[in-house]
Parts: sequence; C-alpha cells; structure tokens
Amino acid sequence: MKLKEELRQKNESASLKKETSKKSWYFHIRRDWQLYVLLLIPVSFAFVFKYVPLTGILVAFKDYNIIKGFWASEWVGLDVFRDLFARPDFLKAVRNTLLLNVSDLVLSFTIPIFLALLINEINGNIFKRVNQTLIYLPHFLSWVIMGALAYQLLGYGSGMVNNLIEQLGGNRIPFLQSDIHWLFSYLAIGVWQGMGWGTIIYLAAMSGVNPELYEAATVDGANRWRKMWHVTIPCIRPTIVILVILSLGHVMGGSFERVYALQNMATTEFTTTIPVLVFRWGIENGDYSSATALGVFQAVIGLVLVVLADQIAKKAGEDGLL
Amino acid sequence: MKLSGSNTSIKRSGRIDIWDIIIRIMLVILSLTCLLPFVHVAAKSLSSDAFVMANNIFLWPKGFTIDAYRQILSDQSIIQSLYISVLITVLFTALGMIITVCAAYPLSRKQLKGRTMITIMFTVTLYLSGGIIPDYLLINNLGMLDTLWALILPGAFSAFNLLIMKSAITSTIPVSLEESARIDGANHFQILWHIVLPLSKPILATLSLFYAVGRWNGYQDALFYIRYNTELRPLQLKLYYLVVQASESFQTELTFVQTTNPEVLRAAVVVFATLPIICVYPFIQKYFVRGVMIGSVKE
Repeated sequence: MKLKEELRQKNESASLKKETSKKSWYFHIRRDWQLYVLLLIPVSFAFVFKYVPLTGILVAFKDYNIIKGFWASEWVGLDVFRDLFARPDFLKAVRNTLLLNVSDLVLSFTIPIFLALLINEINGNIFKRVNQTLIYLPHFLSWVIMGALAYQLLGYGSGMVNNLIEQLGGNRIPFLQSDIHWLFSYLAIGVWQGMGWGTIIYLAAMSGVNPELYEAATVDGANRWRKMWHVTIPCIRPTIVILVILSLGHVMGGSFERVYALQNMATTEFTTTIPVLVFRWGIENGDYSSATALGVFQAVIGLVLVVLADQIAKKAGEDGLL
Repeated sequence: MKLSGSNTSIKRSGRIDIWDIIIRIMLVILSLTCLLPFVHVAAKSLSSDAFVMANNIFLWPKGFTIDAYRQILSDQSIIQSLYISVLITVLFTALGMIITVCAAYPLSRKQLKGRTMITIMFTVTLYLSGGIIPDYLLINNLGMLDTLWALILPGAFSAFNLLIMKSAITSTIPVSLEESARIDGANHFQILWHIVLPLSKPILATLSLFYAVGRWNGYQDALFYIRYNTELRPLQLKLYYLVVQASESFQTELTFVQTTNPEVLRAAVVVFATLPIICVYPFIQKYFVRGVMIGSVKE
C-alpha cells in the first residue's frame, strides 16, 4: 500500500516536473514570489541553526582556542581523535552509553508492546480512557521533575518506598545510592516514564488490523493469546521494525537530560555517558576540540548503526526506513 | 482512545472471562503507579514538618499546612524563573509556529519550483546535526550566551513539525479550493490567512502544544547557555539546582518565624512546577495523541 502511494506520488511529481521545467526560474519567481518570501524565514533559520553548526565539526580537526577564534586556530589533523581514543574516560563513557542505552532499548521496546496488547484487549471505553490518560501522564513531565520524584520516592533516608519497606519490616534499599541499584532505578524510571506513551503508535497500528483476520482465527478455534501471537503481532511487525531502526541511532547518544537529572554524587560509575562527557569536557572545561571529536564519534556510529539496521531489515524482507 | 474499539467487539463473542479481569487489574495497578507518586509528593508538601521528618506521610497529608507554599511564593528567584519560563514558552511557540507555517504552506503547493530540493534540505536536518559543542560555539559567536535568545531561536526550527504540517495541509485542503480562491483573485498570503489556516486549526493546536510542552520541560539548553546570568534561568533549571542537585537553598524571606524543613519545601516546589502541566494535561492529551499518529503515518 505504502509502495503504491509512493509510486503515485512519484508519477505525479514527474508529470508536474515536465510541465514546470519548461518555464524558466524567472517565470516561477515572478509568479510565486510570495511563496518564496514565506520560505525565506524557515530557510534562514535552518541555515543558521542547523547548517552552520555542521561546519563547526571542523573544530574536531583543530587545536581550537576560543580566544583565537576558528580561523586562527591550528589544524592538527586527526591528533584530537588519537588523543581521544587513548583517554580512559572515553572507554568508560562508551561502555556506560552502550550499557544504559542497549538495556533501555530492550526494555522500552518490549514493555510498550506488551502494554499495548493488554490495552487492546479491553473494550470498556471509559475504563480504557481513564487508564490511558493516567499512563500517559509521566511522559508530559520534565526529567527534572522525574529526578525530583525519584528522590522523593526512592531516597534512602526518607523516600516513600523505603519508608514502606521499613514499616513492613524490611531493610532500606539504596535505590539511588549504590551503583548497581542506581542502574536498575534508572531503567525502571525510564520505563515508567515512557511506557504509556510508547503504546500509542502500536495501538494505532493494531486498530489498522483487518477484523476479518480475527474472525477467521476465531472460526479456526484460536483463543485470545493465539490471536495476539498469530494475528496482532505479525500485523504490527513493520511498525516495530521501523521503531527499532530509528532508536538504534540513539544507542551511542541517549538523553543527556535523563542521565543528568537522575545522577547524584554517590553514584558515578554508570553516569558518565557520551553526552555527559561532551558537556563536561566542552562546556565546563572549555576543551572544545576533544568534546566536538567525541560528539562526531557518537554521531558517526549512530548513523552507521541506523544504515546497517536498515540494510539488515531490508535483507530480511521488511520495508525498512530509507 | 477509540482506536481499537471497532475490532475488539468483533474479536470476542461478548462474554467476560477470567483474563478480562486479570488484564483490568494489571492496568489499574500500572495506572496507580503513575498517579500515586504525585499524590505522595502533594501530601508531603501539605504536611507539617514533624510528620515528614518522622517519615510518616504516605498518601494523605498530616498536620495540614500550606506554609511551604507561602514560603515558595515569597522566594523572588522562583517567581522570576516562572516568569522566564512563561515568557520563553510563549515566544518560542509563536516563533516556532510562524516558521512551521511559512515552510509548510509553500512546500505543499505542487507548482512551486525547487520544492523537492528545499524539502530535502529540511529533511536532512533530521538526521545530521552539528552536536552539542558546534551548537554551543555558534551561540557563543552570535553573542547569545546568557541571553533569552539562546533559548528561543535555535530550537524554533523543527523539521519534524514542519513535515507533519506539510502533510496535514496536503491531505486536508483540496487543491480545488485553492484554485477557486485564485480565480477569485486571492493572492498566496490571502489564501494562507483566510483558507489554509482556518482549515488547519486542529493540526495548528497539536503542533503548538508540541512546541510549548517541549520548551516548558526542556532544561538542557538552559544549562548549557545560561551560565552566569542566574536571573534568566527558566523554572526547570531552577528546579534542577534547588531539588535535584540541592546546590542552592531556598531564598525565602525571613519574616517566617519557623522555617519549613527543606524536604517539605522541595516537595512543594515539585508540585508547584508540576501543577501547570497537570492542569492543562487532560485537555491537551488528545491533540498529542493525534500528533503522534500523523507523525507515524508519515514514516
């Protein structure tokens, strides 16, 4: 269906091109100058704030000094990168970034699908709507509020969860104070924040499933779970594949705001991820060249992963992204 | 939403089995985990110190008092950061929408020469970006560090929103309508103002909310760009320093005989910062869901 739509659009635009390309630019600008005037605003914003920073990547190949400025700073070739790969912080940041994001990818993928399957089974309208409204709620709050809530709920000395555990006769758990516990809290908070919101796309895909498939499955004697497994999941598979490919781009980066809001002094083992290190090196310490090089490394790996995943998905017979 | 209402009725014969009940219970538990943390923090913020220090507050305030809120509202720096947040959210949303409409309308016109090229130029920015440091150096070179412009201008261009708007205009407004307006002598500005914008109100609402909530919740750019001028900190950044990092103390006026425990103050300021979103949330949620679906259809 998607292909047909694309083909149709291509044909249309091709036939339009035939018509339009006969006339000169002068003709078009005179006829549609108002449209070009409107476009000036977004084009200039895109140019200044999206394209100009791309040239800033060159800072990674210079010994950049903010006082000397860009042009006066010396070119150093790949020295910055060589130096970068040798730093102990670098390896640790790569490890942490992969650890946090890969486990997050696994959880934040499976849980919304599971949740969407559950919600899809419900047909009471008001019950469903109230639940969805509540489950979407954390998505609308900032990571700072998430961090503050985590502290209020999971804090060692006064968090509500620990108070409850103590009242029930257990020992307090250092959810945010020990490295391993922090890791699990980080992942759990992420799941909590995003699980409801993540269901929307799947629910949309599920509503597009042909009801006749369910009827046929019922006639064949399939129960609820068989229908989920053999009808619903195969039907939403293209959606899942595209979302996996897209989020692979973040495996080397991830949210700065999330890590930064959830970190604390007691747990530093897993909190140095690549974006955090870029911030610390570049903006806090003024080592712009190394920080830019680290950012470039992250972006290149992210792009390579997306393209690779897309190729693999296409080999496996999926639609893919690009 | 009513997304799956149509096929569930067909899918099942109508009788309720044990699994329906188990699934409902699971959903209720999940919903409660999303609701109760806020109830707890609100209860804490309304309780008196003694009960909070004894770790005695769960979901209901004890020793009810609004002292914490009175102290927060007397802290000038919090009110100032609230003002900054409101200001940048309004300006950012307005600018973002102007940019989005100015790009989406021309790009939805099939007769526009160079349309494909400009669309590609916008789409590329979805996948390629300079990164944190090149962005920072640009803001520095433009002299926008420690000014509000750094929080308004760079994020106002969003290729994602722009492409959503473009496909919404293409799919909802028939070409014939525009053609007849042109025959009547309307120019593009008139068509945009009198036909396209009134007909795209739902998508305008959705995208404005994307911009507004994103700006309201974001603190990364403020952390990067507002380094010394502490008066320009938006609410989220202020909250970060007050509550998460706890590196700043509450500057309450000393007229209060008894200063409230910082723990209670933190709870109160969290509620204070959450309340605006929770108040508008039930009304805006459906627009968000719609936005996500339009975005996903495009992909």
